[in-house]
Amino acid sequence: MDAFTLAELIRIMRECAGEDDQVDLDGDVAEVDFAELGYDSLALLETAGRLAREWGVSLPEEELTQVRTPAGYVALVNRELAQSGAGG
Amino acid sequence: MTTAAVTGIGVVAPNGLGVADYWSAVLRGQPAIGPIPDSTYPVRFAGQVVGFEPDRHLPGRLVPQTDRMTQFAIAAADWAVQDAKLDLSGFDPLDVGVVTAGTSGGFSFGQRELANLCHRGPEHVSAYMSFAWFYAVNSGQISIRHDLRGPTGVLVADQAGGLDALAQARRKVRQGTRLVLTGGLDCPLCPYSLTAQLAGGRLSDRDDPATAYLPFDVRAGGHVPGEGGAILVLEDRAQAGARGAAVYGEIAGYGATTDPHPDSGRPPNLRRAIELALADAGLHPADVAVVFADAAAVPELDQAEARALAEVFGPHGVPVTAPKTAIGRIYAGGGPLDVVAALLALRERVIPPTVNVARRTVDRAVDLVEAPRPLTGSAALVLARGVGGFNSALVVSTRDIVDR
Repeated sequence: MDAFTLAELIRIMRECAGEDDQVDLDGDVAEVDFAELGYDSLALLETAGRLAREWGVSLPEEELTQVRTPAGYVALVNRELAQSGAGG
Repeated sequence: MTTAAVTGIGVVAPNGLGVADYWSAVLRGQPAIGPIPDSTYPVRFAGQVVGFEPDRHLPGRLVPQTDRMTQFAIAAADWAVQDAKLDLSGFDPLDVGVVTAGTSGGFSFGQRELANLCHRGPEHVSAYMSFAWFYAVNSGQISIRHDLRGPTGVLVADQAGGLDALAQARRKVRQGTRLVLTGGLDCPLCPYSLTAQLAGGRLSDRDDPATAYLPFDVRAGGHVPGEGGAILVLEDRAQAGARGAAVYGEIAGYGATTDPHPDSGRPPNLRRAIELALADAGLHPADVAVVFADAAAVPELDQAEARALAEVFGPHGVPVTAPKTAIGRIYAGGGPLDVVAALLALRERVIPPTVNVARRTVDRAVDLVEAPRPLTGSAALVLARGVGGFNSALVVSTRDIVDR
Protein backbone atom coordinates (compact mmCIF):
# COMPACT_ATOMS: atom_id res chain seq x y z
CA MET A 1 0.00 0.00 0.00
CA ASP A 2 1.34 3.46 -0.95
CA ALA A 3 1.86 5.80 1.97
CA PHE A 4 0.17 9.17 1.95
CA THR A 5 2.84 11.85 1.48
CA LEU A 6 3.29 15.50 2.37
CA ALA A 7 3.46 16.35 -1.34
CA GLU A 8 0.07 14.72 -1.86
CA LEU A 9 -1.43 16.66 1.05
CA ILE A 10 -0.09 19.95 -0.31
CA ARG A 11 -1.45 19.16 -3.77
CA ILE A 12 -4.91 18.49 -2.36
CA MET A 13 -4.92 21.55 -0.08
CA ARG A 14 -3.85 23.78 -2.95
CA GLU A 15 -6.69 22.50 -5.08
CA CYS A 16 -9.49 22.59 -2.57
CA ALA A 17 -8.50 25.35 -0.14
CA GLY A 18 -6.27 27.63 -2.21
CA GLU A 19 -2.90 29.03 -1.34
CA ASP A 20 -1.87 32.04 0.72
CA ASP A 21 0.17 34.49 -1.34
CA GLN A 22 2.58 35.04 1.54
CA VAL A 23 3.43 31.36 1.96
CA ASP A 24 5.65 29.06 -0.11
CA LEU A 25 3.98 25.67 0.18
CA ASP A 26 6.87 24.08 -1.74
CA GLY A 27 9.22 25.09 1.07
CA ASP A 28 9.81 23.24 4.31
CA VAL A 29 6.28 23.45 5.72
CA ALA A 30 5.90 20.04 7.38
CA GLU A 31 6.13 21.41 10.90
CA VAL A 32 4.60 24.83 10.26
CA ASP A 33 1.31 25.52 12.02
CA PHE A 34 -1.69 25.49 9.65
CA ALA A 35 -2.70 28.91 10.94
CA GLU A 36 0.62 30.32 9.70
CA LEU A 37 0.01 28.69 6.34
CA GLY A 38 -3.33 30.49 6.12
CA TYR A 39 -5.49 27.39 6.58
CA ASP A 40 -8.36 27.44 9.07
CA SER A 41 -10.41 24.55 10.43
CA LEU A 42 -12.75 24.68 7.45
CA ALA A 43 -9.81 24.25 5.08
CA LEU A 44 -8.82 21.12 7.01
CA LEU A 45 -12.42 19.86 6.83
CA GLU A 46 -12.58 20.53 3.09
CA THR A 47 -9.31 18.63 2.68
CA ALA A 48 -10.71 15.74 4.72
CA GLY A 49 -13.70 15.60 2.36
CA ARG A 50 -11.40 15.33 -0.64
CA LEU A 51 -9.33 12.63 1.09
CA ALA A 52 -12.45 10.63 1.78
CA ARG A 53 -13.26 10.65 -1.94
CA GLU A 54 -9.77 10.14 -3.36
CA TRP A 55 -8.21 7.87 -0.74
CA GLY A 56 -11.29 6.28 0.80
CA VAL A 57 -10.16 7.28 4.25
CA SER A 58 -12.47 8.73 6.87
CA LEU A 59 -10.69 10.93 9.41
CA PRO A 60 -12.26 11.03 12.90
CA GLU A 61 -13.46 14.59 13.48
CA GLU A 62 -12.19 14.79 17.05
CA GLU A 63 -8.67 13.87 15.91
CA LEU A 64 -8.84 16.19 12.89
CA THR A 65 -9.48 19.15 15.19
CA GLN A 66 -6.28 18.31 17.11
CA VAL A 67 -4.03 18.34 14.06
CA ARG A 68 -1.83 21.45 13.91
CA THR A 69 0.71 20.84 11.12
CA PRO A 70 0.97 19.19 7.69
CA ALA A 71 3.24 16.51 9.21
CA GLY A 72 0.59 15.77 11.82
CA TYR A 73 -2.11 15.59 9.15
CA VAL A 74 -0.05 13.18 7.03
CA ALA A 75 0.61 10.98 10.07
CA LEU A 76 -3.10 10.91 10.92
CA VAL A 77 -4.03 9.91 7.38
CA ASN A 78 -1.43 7.15 7.27
CA ARG A 79 -2.58 5.78 10.62
CA GLU A 80 -6.18 5.68 9.44
CA LEU A 81 -5.13 4.08 6.14
CA ALA A 82 -3.22 1.39 8.00
CA GLN A 83 -6.12 0.72 10.38
CA SER A 84 -8.76 0.57 7.69
CA GLY A 85 -6.62 -1.35 5.25
CA ALA A 86 -7.78 1.03 2.57
CA GLY A 87 -5.68 3.09 0.20
CA GLY A 88 -3.51 2.50 -2.87
CA MET B 1 -24.97 66.11 13.44
CA THR B 2 -22.14 63.98 12.11
CA THR B 3 -21.83 64.17 8.35
CA ALA B 4 -21.28 60.80 6.65
CA ALA B 5 -18.74 61.40 3.92
CA VAL B 6 -17.72 59.07 1.09
CA THR B 7 -13.93 58.92 0.99
CA GLY B 8 -13.25 55.79 -1.03
CA ILE B 9 -14.87 53.88 -3.89
CA GLY B 10 -14.27 50.44 -5.38
CA VAL B 11 -16.22 49.44 -8.48
CA VAL B 12 -16.72 46.17 -10.36
CA ALA B 13 -19.09 46.80 -13.26
CA PRO B 14 -19.91 45.41 -16.70
CA ASN B 15 -18.58 48.66 -18.18
CA GLY B 16 -15.42 48.93 -16.13
CA LEU B 17 -13.22 47.72 -13.29
CA GLY B 18 -12.35 50.54 -10.90
CA VAL B 19 -14.06 53.88 -10.45
CA ALA B 20 -12.20 55.70 -13.24
CA ASP B 21 -13.04 53.18 -15.98
CA TYR B 22 -16.62 52.88 -14.77
CA TRP B 23 -17.25 56.63 -14.78
CA SER B 24 -15.60 57.07 -18.16
CA ALA B 25 -17.87 54.41 -19.69
CA VAL B 26 -20.96 55.78 -17.94
CA LEU B 27 -20.28 59.26 -19.27
CA ARG B 28 -19.77 57.97 -22.81
CA GLY B 29 -22.94 55.89 -22.55
CA GLN B 30 -20.91 52.91 -23.68
CA PRO B 31 -23.27 49.92 -23.88
CA ALA B 32 -22.09 46.84 -22.00
CA ILE B 33 -25.00 44.47 -22.47
CA GLY B 34 -24.10 41.30 -24.35
CA PRO B 35 -25.34 37.79 -24.99
CA ILE B 36 -25.35 35.31 -22.11
CA PRO B 37 -23.12 32.48 -23.41
CA ASP B 38 -25.08 29.37 -24.32
CA SER B 39 -28.28 30.75 -22.81
CA THR B 40 -31.20 28.46 -23.47
CA TYR B 41 -33.47 30.72 -21.45
CA PRO B 42 -35.95 33.35 -22.60
CA VAL B 43 -33.57 36.02 -21.29
CA ARG B 44 -30.72 36.31 -23.77
CA PHE B 45 -28.65 39.29 -22.62
CA ALA B 46 -26.94 40.56 -19.49
CA GLY B 47 -24.43 43.11 -18.33
CA GLN B 48 -21.37 40.94 -17.75
CA VAL B 49 -18.10 41.88 -16.06
CA VAL B 50 -15.10 41.26 -18.32
CA GLY B 51 -11.45 41.14 -17.35
CA PHE B 52 -11.96 40.24 -13.69
CA GLU B 53 -9.28 37.70 -12.71
CA PRO B 54 -9.92 36.14 -9.28
CA ASP B 55 -6.35 34.82 -9.06
CA ARG B 56 -5.00 38.31 -9.58
CA HIS B 57 -7.61 40.36 -7.73
CA LEU B 58 -7.87 38.43 -4.46
CA PRO B 59 -5.78 36.17 -2.22
CA GLY B 60 -5.44 32.65 -3.59
CA ARG B 61 -6.74 31.11 -0.40
CA LEU B 62 -10.09 32.88 -0.81
CA VAL B 63 -10.75 31.78 -4.40
CA PRO B 64 -12.00 28.21 -3.72
CA GLN B 65 -14.31 29.35 -0.91
CA THR B 66 -16.08 32.20 -2.69
CA ASP B 67 -18.85 32.76 -5.20
CA ARG B 68 -18.08 35.21 -8.01
CA MET B 69 -20.16 37.91 -6.26
CA THR B 70 -17.98 37.59 -3.17
CA GLN B 71 -14.82 37.71 -5.27
CA PHE B 72 -16.15 41.00 -6.66
CA ALA B 73 -16.95 42.22 -3.14
CA ILE B 74 -13.51 41.41 -1.72
CA ALA B 75 -11.77 43.16 -4.63
CA ALA B 76 -14.11 46.17 -4.52
CA ALA B 77 -13.52 46.55 -0.77
CA ASP B 78 -9.75 46.40 -1.29
CA TRP B 79 -9.96 49.05 -4.00
CA ALA B 80 -12.20 51.29 -1.88
CA VAL B 81 -9.77 51.11 1.03
CA GLN B 82 -6.86 51.95 -1.29
CA ASP B 83 -8.84 54.77 -2.88
CA ALA B 84 -9.55 56.22 0.58
CA LYS B 85 -5.82 55.97 1.37
CA LEU B 86 -6.71 54.08 4.52
CA ASP B 87 -4.44 52.05 6.73
CA LEU B 88 -7.03 49.96 8.55
CA SER B 89 -4.42 48.64 10.98
CA GLY B 90 -4.45 52.11 12.50
CA PHE B 91 -8.06 51.68 13.63
CA ASP B 92 -9.50 49.73 16.54
CA PRO B 93 -11.29 46.79 14.84
CA LEU B 94 -14.42 47.62 16.86
CA ASP B 95 -14.50 51.08 15.26
CA VAL B 96 -14.90 49.78 11.71
CA GLY B 97 -18.06 48.13 10.42
CA VAL B 98 -19.25 46.44 7.23
CA VAL B 99 -22.80 46.85 5.90
CA THR B 100 -23.63 45.40 2.50
CA ALA B 101 -26.78 44.57 0.59
CA GLY B 102 -27.57 41.07 -0.57
CA THR B 103 -30.24 39.77 -2.88
CA SER B 104 -30.22 36.01 -2.96
CA GLY B 105 -26.62 35.12 -2.25
CA GLY B 106 -23.91 33.23 -4.10
CA PHE B 107 -26.11 31.38 -6.55
CA SER B 108 -23.46 29.94 -8.87
CA PHE B 109 -21.53 28.43 -5.94
CA GLY B 110 -24.82 27.08 -4.61
CA GLN B 111 -25.84 25.68 -7.97
CA ARG B 112 -22.54 23.81 -8.37
CA GLU B 113 -22.66 22.30 -4.88
CA LEU B 114 -26.35 21.39 -5.08
CA ALA B 115 -25.55 19.61 -8.34
CA ASN B 116 -22.75 17.76 -6.51
CA LEU B 117 -25.19 16.80 -3.78
CA CYS B 118 -27.80 15.64 -6.24
CA HIS B 119 -25.60 13.73 -8.68
CA ARG B 120 -22.63 12.56 -6.61
CA GLY B 121 -23.69 12.56 -2.97
CA PRO B 122 -23.18 14.59 0.20
CA GLU B 123 -19.48 13.74 0.55
CA HIS B 124 -18.89 15.66 -2.69
CA VAL B 125 -20.32 18.93 -1.34
CA SER B 126 -17.76 21.59 -0.43
CA ALA B 127 -17.44 22.47 3.25
CA TYR B 128 -17.40 26.09 2.08
CA MET B 129 -21.01 25.69 0.95
CA SER B 130 -21.82 26.32 4.62
CA PHE B 131 -21.40 30.05 4.01
CA ALA B 132 -20.40 30.70 0.39
CA TRP B 133 -23.97 30.93 -0.90
CA PHE B 134 -25.34 32.77 2.14
CA TYR B 135 -26.62 36.26 1.30
CA ALA B 136 -24.63 37.79 4.19
CA VAL B 137 -21.34 36.29 3.01
CA ASN B 138 -19.96 39.45 1.40
CA SER B 139 -20.14 41.37 4.67
CA GLY B 140 -18.59 38.40 6.47
CA GLN B 141 -15.68 37.91 4.08
CA ILE B 142 -14.83 41.62 3.99
CA SER B 143 -14.89 41.83 7.79
CA ILE B 144 -12.72 38.71 8.19
CA ARG B 145 -10.22 39.82 5.56
CA HIS B 146 -9.60 43.19 7.23
CA ASP B 147 -10.36 42.11 10.81
CA LEU B 148 -13.24 44.58 11.12
CA ARG B 149 -15.44 43.98 14.16
CA GLY B 150 -17.66 47.04 14.34
CA PRO B 151 -21.36 47.07 13.39
CA THR B 152 -21.73 44.56 10.59
CA GLY B 153 -24.76 43.28 8.77
CA VAL B 154 -26.63 42.79 5.53
CA LEU B 155 -29.81 44.35 4.12
CA VAL B 156 -32.05 42.49 1.73
CA ALA B 157 -34.62 44.38 -0.33
CA ASP B 158 -33.87 43.41 -3.94
CA GLN B 159 -32.67 46.45 -5.91
CA ALA B 160 -33.65 48.85 -3.08
CA GLY B 161 -31.29 47.07 -0.66
CA GLY B 162 -28.15 48.72 -1.99
CA LEU B 163 -29.43 52.14 -0.95
CA ASP B 164 -30.72 50.78 2.36
CA ALA B 165 -27.21 49.48 3.13
CA LEU B 166 -25.65 52.90 2.53
CA ALA B 167 -28.29 54.45 4.77
CA GLN B 168 -27.59 51.93 7.52
CA ALA B 169 -23.86 52.65 7.21
CA ARG B 170 -24.59 56.36 7.53
CA ARG B 171 -26.68 55.67 10.63
CA LYS B 172 -23.74 53.78 12.18
CA VAL B 173 -21.27 56.55 11.36
CA ARG B 174 -23.62 59.03 12.99
CA GLN B 175 -23.77 56.81 16.06
CA GLY B 176 -20.01 56.92 16.39
CA THR B 177 -18.58 54.10 14.30
CA ARG B 178 -15.45 55.62 12.78
CA LEU B 179 -15.55 53.85 9.43
CA VAL B 180 -18.01 51.67 7.56
CA LEU B 181 -17.36 49.76 4.35
CA THR B 182 -20.70 49.65 2.60
CA GLY B 183 -22.40 48.89 -0.71
CA GLY B 184 -23.37 45.77 -2.56
CA LEU B 185 -22.20 43.31 -5.19
CA ASP B 186 -24.32 40.80 -7.04
CA CYS B 187 -23.77 38.12 -9.64
CA PRO B 188 -27.14 36.74 -10.66
CA LEU B 189 -26.35 35.22 -14.06
CA CYS B 190 -26.03 31.46 -13.52
CA PRO B 191 -28.92 29.22 -14.68
CA TYR B 192 -30.22 28.74 -11.11
CA SER B 193 -30.42 32.49 -10.59
CA LEU B 194 -31.86 33.26 -14.02
CA THR B 195 -34.56 30.64 -13.49
CA ALA B 196 -35.57 32.28 -10.22
CA GLN B 197 -35.70 35.69 -11.90
CA LEU B 198 -37.67 34.38 -14.86
CA ALA B 199 -40.32 33.20 -12.43
CA GLY B 200 -40.63 36.80 -11.27
CA GLY B 201 -41.75 37.85 -14.74
CA ARG B 202 -39.75 41.06 -15.06
CA LEU B 203 -36.93 39.90 -17.35
CA SER B 204 -36.76 40.98 -20.98
CA ASP B 205 -36.94 38.29 -23.66
CA ARG B 206 -35.88 40.57 -26.53
CA ASP B 207 -33.41 39.27 -29.09
CA ASP B 208 -31.48 42.52 -29.59
CA PRO B 209 -29.22 43.95 -26.86
CA ALA B 210 -30.03 47.51 -27.96
CA THR B 211 -33.75 47.06 -27.31
CA ALA B 212 -33.66 44.54 -24.47
CA TYR B 213 -33.89 47.11 -21.65
CA LEU B 214 -35.84 50.27 -22.45
CA PRO B 215 -37.28 52.07 -19.42
CA PHE B 216 -39.62 54.99 -20.12
CA ASP B 217 -39.90 53.78 -23.72
CA VAL B 218 -43.08 52.64 -25.48
CA ARG B 219 -41.24 49.38 -26.18
CA ALA B 220 -40.44 48.71 -22.49
CA GLY B 221 -40.64 44.97 -21.90
CA GLY B 222 -38.70 44.18 -18.75
CA HIS B 223 -35.03 44.47 -17.89
CA VAL B 224 -31.81 42.59 -18.46
CA PRO B 225 -29.88 41.53 -15.36
CA GLY B 226 -26.31 42.54 -14.74
CA GLU B 227 -23.46 41.64 -12.40
CA GLY B 228 -21.16 43.80 -10.29
CA GLY B 229 -21.62 46.63 -7.82
CA ALA B 230 -19.58 48.91 -5.59
CA ILE B 231 -18.14 49.27 -2.11
CA LEU B 232 -17.83 52.73 -0.57
CA VAL B 233 -15.89 53.91 2.45
CA LEU B 234 -18.08 56.03 4.71
CA GLU B 235 -16.71 58.07 7.60
CA ASP B 236 -17.31 61.17 9.64
CA ARG B 237 -16.54 64.23 7.59
CA ALA B 238 -14.47 65.80 10.37
CA GLN B 239 -12.36 62.66 10.71
CA ALA B 240 -11.83 62.54 6.95
CA GLY B 241 -10.64 66.12 7.08
CA ALA B 242 -8.37 65.43 10.04
CA ARG B 243 -6.61 62.58 8.26
CA GLY B 244 -6.37 64.57 5.06
CA ALA B 245 -8.69 62.29 3.09
CA ALA B 246 -10.32 63.57 -0.06
CA VAL B 247 -14.12 63.54 0.04
CA TYR B 248 -16.36 62.60 -2.89
CA GLY B 249 -19.49 63.86 -1.19
CA GLU B 250 -21.87 63.07 1.61
CA ILE B 251 -24.84 60.81 2.07
CA ALA B 252 -27.19 63.67 2.88
CA GLY B 253 -30.65 62.15 3.03
CA TYR B 254 -32.59 58.90 2.93
CA GLY B 255 -36.16 57.76 2.86
CA ALA B 256 -37.69 54.31 2.53
CA THR B 257 -41.29 53.20 2.18
CA THR B 258 -43.15 50.06 1.24
CA ASP B 259 -46.03 49.83 -1.19
CA PRO B 260 -49.52 48.76 -0.19
CA HIS B 261 -50.64 45.32 -1.29
CA PRO B 262 -51.21 45.28 -5.07
CA ASP B 263 -54.86 44.34 -4.56
CA SER B 264 -55.53 47.18 -2.15
CA GLY B 265 -56.28 49.72 -4.87
CA ARG B 266 -54.05 52.25 -3.14
CA PRO B 267 -51.18 53.88 -5.06
CA PRO B 268 -47.50 53.00 -4.58
CA ASN B 269 -45.42 54.98 -2.10
CA LEU B 270 -42.34 56.03 -4.08
CA ARG B 271 -43.34 59.69 -3.84
CA ARG B 272 -43.29 59.55 -0.06
CA ALA B 273 -39.82 57.95 -0.05
CA ILE B 274 -38.55 60.85 -2.18
CA GLU B 275 -40.16 63.42 0.10
CA LEU B 276 -38.72 61.75 3.19
CA ALA B 277 -35.23 61.72 1.68
CA LEU B 278 -35.41 65.39 0.70
CA ALA B 279 -36.70 66.37 4.14
CA ASP B 280 -33.92 64.31 5.77
CA ALA B 281 -31.37 66.18 3.64
CA GLY B 282 -32.98 69.53 4.42
CA LEU B 283 -33.45 70.19 0.71
CA HIS B 284 -36.25 71.42 -1.52
CA PRO B 285 -37.07 69.72 -4.82
CA ALA B 286 -35.51 72.68 -6.66
CA ASP B 287 -32.16 71.87 -4.99
CA VAL B 288 -31.92 68.52 -6.77
CA ALA B 289 -29.70 68.70 -9.85
CA VAL B 290 -30.44 65.24 -11.22
CA VAL B 291 -32.41 62.10 -10.43
CA PHE B 292 -30.96 58.65 -11.07
CA ALA B 293 -34.13 56.70 -11.78
CA ASP B 294 -34.97 53.16 -10.72
CA ALA B 295 -35.94 52.56 -14.38
CA ALA B 296 -37.78 49.25 -14.08
CA ALA B 297 -38.77 49.07 -17.77
CA VAL B 298 -42.09 47.53 -16.74
CA PRO B 299 -44.73 49.90 -18.15
CA GLU B 300 -46.84 50.32 -14.99
CA LEU B 301 -43.70 50.71 -12.83
CA ASP B 302 -42.25 53.29 -15.23
CA GLN B 303 -45.56 55.17 -15.08
CA ALA B 304 -45.56 55.07 -11.28
CA GLU B 305 -42.01 56.43 -11.17
CA ALA B 306 -42.79 59.16 -13.72
CA ARG B 307 -45.87 60.11 -11.71
CA ALA B 308 -43.96 60.30 -8.43
CA LEU B 309 -41.27 62.49 -10.03
CA ALA B 310 -43.86 64.80 -11.60
CA GLU B 311 -45.72 65.14 -8.30
CA VAL B 312 -42.57 66.10 -6.40
CA PHE B 313 -40.66 68.10 -9.02
CA GLY B 314 -43.41 69.17 -11.38
CA PRO B 315 -43.78 68.01 -15.00
CA HIS B 316 -40.39 68.03 -16.72
CA GLY B 317 -39.16 69.52 -13.44
CA VAL B 318 -35.83 67.79 -13.01
CA PRO B 319 -33.31 66.05 -15.28
CA VAL B 320 -33.68 62.26 -14.98
CA THR B 321 -31.14 59.68 -16.08
CA ALA B 322 -30.68 55.91 -15.97
CA PRO B 323 -27.09 54.89 -16.79
CA LYS B 324 -28.09 51.35 -15.84
CA THR B 325 -29.60 51.08 -19.33
CA ALA B 326 -26.01 50.34 -20.42
CA ILE B 327 -25.30 47.61 -17.85
CA GLY B 328 -28.63 46.15 -16.72
CA ARG B 329 -30.21 45.97 -13.30
CA ILE B 330 -27.72 44.61 -10.79
CA TYR B 331 -30.01 44.23 -7.76
CA ALA B 332 -27.89 44.64 -4.58
CA GLY B 333 -25.14 46.22 -6.69
CA GLY B 334 -27.37 48.59 -8.66
CA GLY B 335 -28.01 51.28 -6.05
CA PRO B 336 -24.35 51.65 -5.00
CA LEU B 337 -23.27 51.92 -8.66
CA ASP B 338 -25.84 54.67 -9.22
CA VAL B 339 -24.63 56.47 -6.09
CA VAL B 340 -21.07 56.36 -7.41
CA ALA B 341 -22.23 57.79 -10.74
CA ALA B 342 -24.24 60.48 -8.91
CA LEU B 343 -21.22 61.54 -6.82
CA LEU B 344 -19.03 61.78 -9.91
CA ALA B 345 -21.73 63.59 -11.88
CA LEU B 346 -21.87 66.24 -9.14
CA ARG B 347 -18.09 66.52 -9.03
CA GLU B 348 -17.64 66.71 -12.80
CA ARG B 349 -20.77 68.83 -13.27
CA VAL B 350 -22.16 66.66 -16.02
CA ILE B 351 -25.17 64.33 -16.17
CA PRO B 352 -24.38 60.94 -17.75
CA PRO B 353 -26.82 59.67 -20.36
CA THR B 354 -29.53 57.05 -20.53
CA VAL B 355 -28.79 54.84 -23.54
CA ASN B 356 -30.96 53.14 -26.17
CA VAL B 357 -34.22 54.79 -25.10
CA ALA B 358 -35.50 56.47 -28.25
CA ARG B 359 -39.27 56.20 -28.39
CA ARG B 360 -40.36 57.86 -25.21
CA THR B 361 -43.59 56.89 -23.56
CA VAL B 362 -46.64 59.01 -23.07
CA ASP B 363 -44.92 60.04 -19.84
CA ARG B 364 -43.19 62.94 -21.50
CA ALA B 365 -43.37 64.56 -18.08
CA VAL B 366 -39.99 62.93 -17.48
CA ASP B 367 -37.03 65.00 -18.69
CA LEU B 368 -34.89 62.00 -19.61
CA VAL B 369 -31.24 62.84 -20.30
CA GLU B 370 -30.26 61.04 -23.51
CA ALA B 371 -26.89 62.75 -24.11
CA PRO B 372 -24.42 64.12 -21.54
CA ARG B 373 -25.74 67.41 -20.21
CA PRO B 374 -24.13 70.08 -18.01
CA LEU B 375 -25.17 69.79 -14.37
CA THR B 376 -25.99 72.71 -12.12
CA GLY B 377 -26.25 72.20 -8.38
CA SER B 378 -24.78 70.12 -5.60
CA ALA B 379 -27.33 67.41 -4.82
CA ALA B 380 -28.48 64.28 -6.61
CA LEU B 381 -31.34 61.91 -5.83
CA VAL B 382 -30.94 58.17 -6.41
CA LEU B 383 -34.02 55.94 -6.53
CA ALA B 384 -34.28 52.17 -6.28
CA ARG B 385 -37.24 49.85 -5.99
CA GLY B 386 -37.27 46.21 -5.05
CA VAL B 387 -39.67 43.40 -5.83
CA GLY B 388 -42.09 43.15 -2.94
CA GLY B 389 -42.85 46.88 -2.77
CA PHE B 390 -39.59 48.34 -1.48
CA ASN B 391 -38.98 52.00 -2.32
CA SER B 392 -35.72 53.67 -1.35
CA ALA B 393 -34.49 57.18 -2.06
CA LEU B 394 -31.03 58.48 -1.23
CA VAL B 395 -29.70 62.02 -1.57
CA VAL B 396 -26.00 62.59 -2.14
CA SER B 397 -24.54 66.05 -1.90
CA THR B 398 -21.29 67.87 -2.55
CA ARG B 399 -22.22 70.93 -0.50
CA ASP B 400 -19.07 72.54 0.87
CA ILE B 401 -16.85 69.88 -0.68
CA VAL B 402 -13.62 71.14 -2.15
CA ASP B 403 -12.62 69.54 -5.43
CA ARG B 404 -11.08 66.14 -4.95
